[in-house]
Amino acid sequence: MDIVKDPKIDWLGLKWVFFGISLVLMLTGAVALLTRGLNLGVDFTGGTLVYVKFKEEPDLDRIRLTLGDAGLKAEEVVRFDEISQNEVQIRIAGGTAEETLDMTLGSNQVFEALRPEYDLEYLETGKLDLNNVPRSELSARLQELDPVALGEGTPVAEFVAHYDEISEKIINYRTEQSGIIHRFSELDQLDLAAGVVTVLNEEAYPGNFTILSVESVGPKVSEELSNRARTAVILSLGFMLAYVAFRFWPIYGLAALAALFHDVFITLGAFAVTQREISLTVVAALLTLVGYSINDTIVVFDRVRENLKLMRRDDLVTVINTSINQTLNRTIMTSGMTFMAVFALYLFGGQVLRGFSFALVIGIIVGTFSSVAIASPIVLWWQTLMEKRKRHP
Amino acid sequence: MKRNLTYRLLFILLVFVGSIVLSYPPSEKINLGLDLKGGIHLVLQVKTEDAFEVETSQRREMIEADFKEENLVFTRTQVTEDFGIEIIGALQDQERQLEIYLDQFSPAWTYRPRYREGEVDMVMVMSSAERKALADRTVRDARETIQKRVDQYGVAEPTIQIYGSGSIQDQIIVELPGVEDFDRVLNLIKSTAMLELKLVHPTDGGPFATREAVLQAFDNRLPVDYEVITYPNSPETGGGSTYMVVRKAPSLTGQNLKTANRAQDDFSGRSEVAFFLDSEGVNLFTRTTEQNVGNRLAVVLDDQIYSAPRIDERIASESARITGNFSPEEAEDLALVLRSGALPASIQILENRIIGPSLGLDSIRRGVVASLVGMMLVVLGMLVVYKASGINAIVCLVLNLLVLMAVLSGAHATLTLPGIAGVILTIGMAVDANILIFERVKEELRSGKKIRSAVDAGFDRVFTTILDTNITTLIGAAVLYQIGTGPVRGFAVTLGVGLVANIFSAVFVSRTLFSLVLQKMEVEALSI
Repeated sequence: MDIVKDPKIDWLGLKWVFFGISLVLMLTGAVALLTRGLNLGVDFTGGTLVYVKFKEEPDLDRIRLTLGDAGLKAEEVVRFDEISQNEVQIRIAGGTAEETLDMTLGSNQVFEALRPEYDLEYLETGKLDLNNVPRSELSARLQELDPVALGEGTPVAEFVAHYDEISEKIINYRTEQSGIIHRFSELDQLDLAAGVVTVLNEEAYPGNFTILSVESVGPKVSEELSNRARTAVILSLGFMLAYVAFRFWPIYGLAALAALFHDVFITLGAFAVTQREISLTVVAALLTLVGYSINDTIVVFDRVRENLKLMRRDDLVTVINTSINQTLNRTIMTSGMTFMAVFALYLFGGQVLRGFSFALVIGIIVGTFSSVAIASPIVLWWQTLMEKRKRHP
Repeated sequence: MKRNLTYRLLFILLVFVGSIVLSYPPSEKINLGLDLKGGIHLVLQVKTEDAFEVETSQRREMIEADFKEENLVFTRTQVTEDFGIEIIGALQDQERQLEIYLDQFSPAWTYRPRYREGEVDMVMVMSSAERKALADRTVRDARETIQKRVDQYGVAEPTIQIYGSGSIQDQIIVELPGVEDFDRVLNLIKSTAMLELKLVHPTDGGPFATREAVLQAFDNRLPVDYEVITYPNSPETGGGSTYMVVRKAPSLTGQNLKTANRAQDDFSGRSEVAFFLDSEGVNLFTRTTEQNVGNRLAVVLDDQIYSAPRIDERIASESARITGNFSPEEAEDLALVLRSGALPASIQILENRIIGPSLGLDSIRRGVVASLVGMMLVVLGMLVVYKASGINAIVCLVLNLLVLMAVLSGAHATLTLPGIAGVILTIGMAVDANILIFERVKEELRSGKKIRSAVDAGFDRVFTTILDTNITTLIGAAVLYQIGTGPVRGFAVTLGVGLVANIFSAVFVSRTLFSLVLQKMEVEALSI
C-alpha cells in the first residue's frame, strides 16, 4: 500500500513557504530563549533535586516555608506526575561558594527539615517512621524487642534471618505501594505474626511523607557536566558534518549541518517556551535527534546522487524534486513509526523521561521537515551559485 | 542456492535460540542501573593536600631529630605554604654537611640555599614528580580503604573507581546499588577514622569550657608540643562540649590496630568499641601507661576526643575500649571503620545521587508499558502498510530486540531508564531499514521488474543507505558514551547495540526470509 500515490509535488517551489514557517519557529524560539531563557536542570547549575511523596494532598507553600525554616532555600516546588500520586518535585539552591567537605545535600538533611512540620507528634517519641526506615534498622529494632519470642534458644544466625525476613516483607510491600504505607491495617494482608503487629503499632508510625530520591550536584561537577554537554553537541555536529561531506560532497555536508542547527535550535526554543527542565538525559535526546535528522537528510541526498546519474538531461530542481517525491513514502513511514514509538514513550514513559521524550517528539517532526525545507534548498542555491560563477567568471 | 538458504536459516535460528538462552530469565541476567534498582551514586574528591601535609610535617620532624643527632646547627624549621620545608639559621660552615644530608632525599626533594648575614637557610621543595606519585598513592589507598569498608558493610556489586579529568586522577566514583540506608553508608565512607591516643597535659589538661579559658591557663602561650582538641559529650560537664590540652605527637595510632569490634559493657549494657593492638602496639601501649601513671590518656578519633580515662596502672594488655554514647549501630559502624583503616586524606563529596527503591520500581513499570505500547503501534503500522511483508519486518524487529537483550546480559552492560528509552527508540529505527527495502522493492516492481529481481535489486540498492543511516546514529551514540555519565551511557549502549543488531537483522535476516518465501512458494504477486 502506498501512503501517497505517485507524488509529484514541487518541493523546491515551496521553499519560500517552508522558509517562512522555519523563520516563524526560529523567531519564536529566539524570543523565548532571550526572554525566559532555558530551564537548566541541577546537572548544569548545581543544587539539589528532591522528590517527596506525601500521604495527603501537599500544600506547596507550606513545604517551601518548612524548608526555609531549616535553612534550605527551595527555588522551586511543583507537583509532579499524576495528581493522585501526591508527589512533589523540590529544587533546592546550591550551596555557597565556600568549600566544605560536603558540597551536597543528603536525604537525611531534607528528611530532618520536613519532619518537624509533617510528623510533629512523633518527633520526640523515638518511634520508627515506617515510611522512611531502611530495612536494616527495622530488623534491628525487631530483633531488640523479639516480638515472636524466639528467645535465647535460637542460634544467632537464625534469629537475625527471621527478623530480616519479616522486615523485608514489610519494606517490599511499601516499595510496591510506591513508598508510602497509609495505615497499619494495610499490613494485615501480609500475614504477619500477631506479636509483630502489636510491636509495630507501639514502636512505629506511618509517617506522612517519604523521600523518593535526592540528586545533589556540587558546583565542580555541574561545571564539568556543562562542559561535557557542550563538547558532546559540538563533537556530534562536527562528526556528522565530516561524514556527510565525505560520503557526498562538501556542500551537502554544510547543508545537512544547517538543517541540524535549525532542528536543535527550534527544539531548544520549544524547551524555552514550555520551560521544561533540561537535564543530561535531555541533552542525550538532542544528540539522538541530531543522528535521526541526519538520517532523513541522507536518504534524500542518496537518492539525489543516484538520480543525478540517471537524469542527466534534467535540471537540478527537477532532480531534487523527483528525489524527494520518490523517497516521500519512506520518509512518512519512518517518521511515522519512530514518532509513534517516541509518542508512546511520552504518554506512558513517566515523568522522569518526559523531557527526553518531548525533545524527541519535537525533534522528529522538525527533523523530517528540515531535510526538505532547509537542506535541499541550500544545495540548490549553492549549485546555482556555482553554475553562475562558471558562466561569468 | 537451496543449501545456502538452509545454512542461513539455521544460523538465524541459532541466533534466536542463543539470544533467548543468554537473556532468560531477564530479572536475573540483566544488570539494572541505579535509577532502576535504587541505590547511591557518589563522586568523591580525595583531598591529596592532606597527604602532602602529613608527609611534609613528618619529613620535618625527621630532619630536626637527625640534625640534633649530627650536631648540625639551626635556629628552627618551618613548613611553607606550598608544602616545602625551610631550615632557618644554619651555619655557612656546615653548608657542605647540610648538602650531603639533604642529598639523600633527592629526587623527591630538591633544595637551594639562601644566604643571609653569615647564616644560610635551606629551602626544600617537593618535586612535582614526587607530588604526583604521592597524590596517586593517596588516591589509590583511599579507594582501597573505601572498598574495604563497603565490602564489610555488604553491598552486592559495588563499583568504586578512580576517576579524573585529564592527567589529574584524584576523584573516586562510588556506586552502590540496592543500598537503602543512605546516611549510614555515607558516614561509613566519609569518616577519616584517624585513631590516635594522646597524652593529656599532666597539670593543665582540662577540661576547659572555652578556648579562651585554655589560653588563659597558659598565659596565651601554649607549649609547642601541645594542642587543643574538642571533647564533645564529656561526662564531667554532663555531656557538654569542652576543650582539652593534649600532646601533639600521638602515643599510639590506628596503624597499630589489629582489629576492632562492637562490645557491650558488662554492667551498664552500653555499646562500646573494643580494639586490639598488634605486638608493636602492645609495646607502645605498655610503655605509655608505665611512664604515665596518674595522667589521662585521650582517645582521639578524627580530631575529636571520645574519652579520656585516667591511667591507674601499667597496662600490658592488647586490648582497650572506646566508650561513648553509642547506639549498637554506631558502635558497629565505628568498629567497621577502624577495621578498614584510616583514610589517608579527607574526602569531599562533590555529587550525591540517592534513588529509593520505589522510584526505581515505578520507572521500570512505566518503561515496560511504554515499550509494549510502542511496539504494538509499530507492528500495527507495518502490517497495515506493507501487509504480509510486514510480517518479515516484525520478525526482524523481534530478533533485533532479542539480540539486544542477549548482548546486554552477556556483556553485563547496565540497563538504565534512558536505556529503556533507547530500546523504544531502536524499535522505531529498526523498522526504518526494512521500510527502505520495501519501498525500493515496490519501486522496482513498478518499473516492471520480475518479483525475484525486484527483491534483489531492492536489497542491493538500499544497502549503502542503510549503512549510512546506521553509522551516523552510531557516531552520535559513541559521542554520548564518551561524554556521558551513568544513565546516559546506558542509553548510548542500548542504542548502539540496537543499531548494530539492526544492520544484521535488516540485511541478513530480512533477505533470508524473502528468499525463503520466494523459493518455497509460487508467488504471483508480492504482498507488499
